[in-house]
Amino acid sequence: MSEGLIGKGVPRIESFEKVTGTARFVGDMDLPGMLHGRMLLSPHAHARIVRIDTSKAESLDGVAAVLVGEELPYRLGLYMVDKPVLASGKVRHHGEVVAAVAAVSEEIAARAADLIEVTYEPLAAVFDPVEAVKPDAPLVHEDLHTYHTIKGVFFPRPHTNIANHARLRKGDVEEGFAAADAIVENEFSLPQVAHVPLETHRTVAHWKRNGAIEIWSSAQSPFAVRNLLSVALGMSHSRIRVVVPHVGGAFGGKAGIHLEPLVSLLSRKAGHRPVKLAATREEEFSTLPCRQGLVARIKTGVTKEGKITAQKIEYLWDAGAYADYGVNIGRAAGYSGAGPYDIDNVWIDSLTIYTNRPFGTAYRGFGHVEFFWAIERQMDMVAREIGMDSCDFRMRNLLRPGSVTITGEEITENTGSVEKCLEAVAAEVGWKERSSLGSGGNGKVRARGIAVLHKAPAMPSNTAISAILKFNEDATVDLMISGVDYGQGTATAFCQMTAEHLRIPMENVHFIWNKDTDRMPYDWQTVASRLTFMGGNAVIRAAEDCVSQLKDMASRALDVPVGDLEIQDGKVFVAREPARSIDYRALVMGYMFPSGNSIGGPVIGRGTCIAEGLTVLDPETGQGLPAANWTFGAHGVEIEIDTATGEIQVLKLASAFDVGRVINEALCRGQVVGGCLQGLGTALLETFIYNDEGCLINNSFTDYKIPTARDIPIETKEIFIETPQLNGPHGARGVAEHPMISIPSAVGNAIADALGVEIMELPLSPERVYLALKRKGNRD
Amino acid sequence: MDSHTIEFEINGKRASLEVVSHRTLLQVLREDLHLSGTKEGCGEGECGACTVLVDGRSVTACLTLAVEVDGCSVRTIEGESEGPDLSPLQEAFVKNHALQCGFCTPGMIMSARALLERNPSPTEDQIKEAIAGNLCRCTGYRPIIQAIREAAARRKDQSAKG
Ligand code: FES
Ligand code: FES
Repeated sequence: MSEGLIGKGVPRIESFEKVTGTARFVGDMDLPGMLHGRMLLSPHAHARIVRIDTSKAESLDGVAAVLVGEELPYRLGLYMVDKPVLASGKVRHHGEVVAAVAAVSEEIAARAADLIEVTYEPLAAVFDPVEAVKPDAPLVHEDLHTYHTIKGVFFPRPHTNIANHARLRKGDVEEGFAAADAIVENEFSLPQVAHVPLETHRTVAHWKRNGAIEIWSSAQSPFAVRNLLSVALGMSHSRIRVVVPHVGGAFGGKAGIHLEPLVSLLSRKAGHRPVKLAATREEEFSTLPCRQGLVARIKTGVTKEGKITAQKIEYLWDAGAYADYGVNIGRAAGYSGAGPYDIDNVWIDSLTIYTNRPFGTAYRGFGHVEFFWAIERQMDMVAREIGMDSCDFRMRNLLRPGSVTITGEEITENTGSVEKCLEAVAAEVGWKERSSLGSGGNGKVRARGIAVLHKAPAMPSNTAISAILKFNEDATVDLMISGVDYGQGTATAFCQMTAEHLRIPMENVHFIWNKDTDRMPYDWQTVASRLTFMGGNAVIRAAEDCVSQLKDMASRALDVPVGDLEIQDGKVFVAREPARSIDYRALVMGYMFPSGNSIGGPVIGRGTCIAEGLTVLDPETGQGLPAANWTFGAHGVEIEIDTATGEIQVLKLASAFDVGRVINEALCRGQVVGGCLQGLGTALLETFIYNDEGCLINNSFTDYKIPTARDIPIETKEIFIETPQLNGPHGARGVAEHPMISIPSAVGNAIADALGVEIMELPLSPERVYLALKRKGNRD
Repeated sequence: MDSHTIEFEINGKRASLEVVSHRTLLQVLREDLHLSGTKEGCGEGECGACTVLVDGRSVTACLTLAVEVDGCSVRTIEGESEGPDLSPLQEAFVKNHALQCGFCTPGMIMSARALLERNPSPTEDQIKEAIAGNLCRCTGYRPIIQAIREAAARRKDQSAKG
C-alpha cells in the first residue's frame, strides 16, 4: 500500500488562523450579558478560616454574586476526590481560592474581591515531604479516610499525609545486594516548577435557568471536565455541555478539571448570567497546579563487571495541598521508576505526600522528568564507582528483546530499542572522544553528558477514544474526534491518516476544531502522549468503516464482488478493469441507479480504540501490565561551564527517540525541539521559591524565568529511530512528552564528568554550580 | 473617572475613541475595537504576547496606556495581511512550523515585523535579541528564528530584483 502522506512534513492545518490572529481562544469570547469573575486568594499556607464577611463586596454596585466555600458542599478530583471548589473550614496552601465574585466588569470584580474580609487563624504547616511523613507532622487532610478514590489502584494511608503508597517488588533486593561487589547510595531532589502555558487557565460558564450548564474552557479534556463535574454536582452528563476552542498551551496543567466548577457555580448564583474567569499570571503560578517536587533515595548494587544486581528506591513526592491527579504520578513512578534497565531485583516505594504548598498535577513527562533526574544521575555515579565508562555501563544493563521489565512484561523485537537511541546520541556528541575536548579558555570548561529515558502512557486500563468521519455531498469529509490539539499537531496527523486511508487529498478532510461534548464522540483525556497512538487507531478504523460502506454500495452498483474493488483518488474501481469506477460523489449520500432506484445511504464511519490488555497492578508487588507501549529515548549534550560564574551554555544537544514510525516529520521534530528547551528550563533555570511562611514569592514572569530565544542550544540534532509498534497506527508511538525527560540528568552528568562535582539538586543554576565548585575547591 | 478622546490610526484606518485614562492599549484593542488577535499572557510587560507596533516601534500593549497612542499609528496582527492572503512573514511562519499552540504567534510576528522594518537583514543574534522579550513555551524558538531569517532573505531577494 502506498503511504504517500505518512511521514510528510505538511504544515499544520490550523496555521492560517494562528498566524492571522483569528484562531479563537476562550479569552476572546464574549456572550450577551456576560459577567466577569475574580478570585480571592489565601495569604496563608495553612490556616483556619474563622470568619468571612462578604457584606461590603455584596453591596458594591455592579456585583452580581459573591461565593464562599461554606455554600458549596462539593468535592472534586480525577483519581483522589480531595479538592473543594473553594476552601472551606481551612486553607491548605498559599494562593488557594477562598472566595469568588462575579460582577459587570473585571475592575468591579477585582474591587469587590478586595472588599471581602477574611479572618484567619494560622495553623502549623508542613512544607517538605520528608517532614510530612513523620508521625507528629501537621495533617493537611484530616478527612483523608473519607475521600473517594479508586479502590485497589490507590492506597491512601488514613490519618497521615500519605495520599498514595505504590509498591513494586521484583525478585529479592537483599539477595541482589549480597551478590554485589559495590553498593552506591544517593539522595536526589528537585523543586516544584510551573507549566507556564502562555495562555493562563480561562473559563466561560453559563448555568442556564433550565438547569443545564454550558462551559467553554481552555481544557485538555472536555469529557473529563464534564464527567467530573457531573459526579461532583450529581447532575446528568446530558445536562452539561463542555466546549474547548483553541488552547494556548497546556503541557498537562489543563488536564482534569480546574476553574470550570467555580465559574459554573458563580453563574448560578449570579442569576444565571454567563461568567468569564481568566486566571491572572500570578494565579497561574500560585493557585493553579504546578509540577510536584521529589526527593529520591536510591541504593544500587553492582558487580565489578558492571551488572546491576539490585536497586532499592524510595520516591517521596511533594504533592502539595491536593493530590487528585498527583496520586497517579506516584503510581506511574512505581511501575516505571527503575528506568529502561534489565534488573532482576527491584524494590520501589513511591509515596505521594500532602504538604502545605501549591499542589502538583500532570506535567509533560508525568513524573518521569523528575525521577529520571535521580535514576540517570545515579547510573553515572555507579559507573564511576566501579571505574567503568557510563555509556558501556548502560549498554550492559539496558532492556533489550527478551528482557523482563520490573512489572513482568517481556520486551520483544517490536517494543522499541533504547540501545539504538543511546548509540546514536553517543556517536553524535562524540562521547568516546571527549578526552580530546579542549578548554574554552578564560576558566571555561567543555563537558559532555549522556542519559537515557523511557515512558509509557499512564492511563486507566479502560481508557478509550472514538472518532467519526461524516461525508459531505461533495465527497469532502468531516473528521470529528475529541482529543484536543493544543499545539502538538495531532489534528494535522489525523487528517494525514484520514486522507491516506480514504485515498483523497488532504484538503478534502475537514477537521472540526471546537471540541464539544454535545456533538463530538467520546474521548477520555488528551494526556500521556496517547493521542496519536490511540486516536490514530480510531481514525484509521473510522476510515476503514467508510471504505467498506463505499465498496459495499459500489459492488452493488457495478455488480462485482466487494473483494474485486479497490479505491484510489476518490474513486472505487474494479481492480482488474480500472476504467470501471464510481466517483465517491456518486456514493457518499447513497447511490442512485439510472432507474432512480437508490441504495445505501449517507456514509458515516465510526472507529474506536480502547487500551486493550492493560491490567490493574498487584497491590503488594506492582506486577501486571500497565503500559500500552513504551517510547524509548536518549540525550547527549555538550556544554560549556564558566567556572568563574557557574553559568552553563548548551553548545549541542542530540536527542534520539524510537517513535516507531514518523507520521509528520516536521511536527515530530517540533515536539522534540520545543520539549528539549522545556527540559533545559527544568535543568538550568526553573524553581518555585518560598519564604519561611510557605508563600510562593516568585509568582510572576519577573521572578520566574523560562527559557527565551537567547537560551537555546547553539546546535541541536533530532534523531528518529523507527522500530514499528505492532498495534500503533502505521507503527507509530507517542513522543510529545519524552523530549523533556532526562535532559537535566544529561547536563548534571556532564558537569560531574568534567569537573568532578556531583550536584544532587535542581536547577543547575549558576549559583548552585558556582557554590558546588567552590566547595570542591575548598576540599581539594 | 476622567476620560479623554483620542484619535489614532489603527491598521491604516482612522479611529476616534473615548477612553478612561487608566485603560491600557491592550484593553482598548481587545474590548473596544474587538481586535482579539493581540493576546494577553501576563498583563505585566514580561511575555510579549500583547506586542503591537506604535509608529513602527514594538511595544507591549498591556503596559501602554491607550491615551499614549493619541495621534500615533498603531498596527496589530489584524493589519499584517488581508483576506485570504498572508504576508511573507506569516507565510514563513507557516512553512517553518514556527507555531504550535499559536498563543505567542501574533506578538511574535509583530516583534519580527518591527525588527525587519528597522533592520532588513538581521543576523541570528539580532533576531534572538529582537524576540527575547516574546516568550514561547511550545516551539523552542528555533523554527521561529528560521522563519524570520527566511522572511528577511525573501525581502532582500525581492528588493534586489525590484
Ligand atoms: S501581556 Fe503584555 S507583556 Fe505579557
Ligand atoms: S506556540 Fe505556544 S507559546 Fe509559542
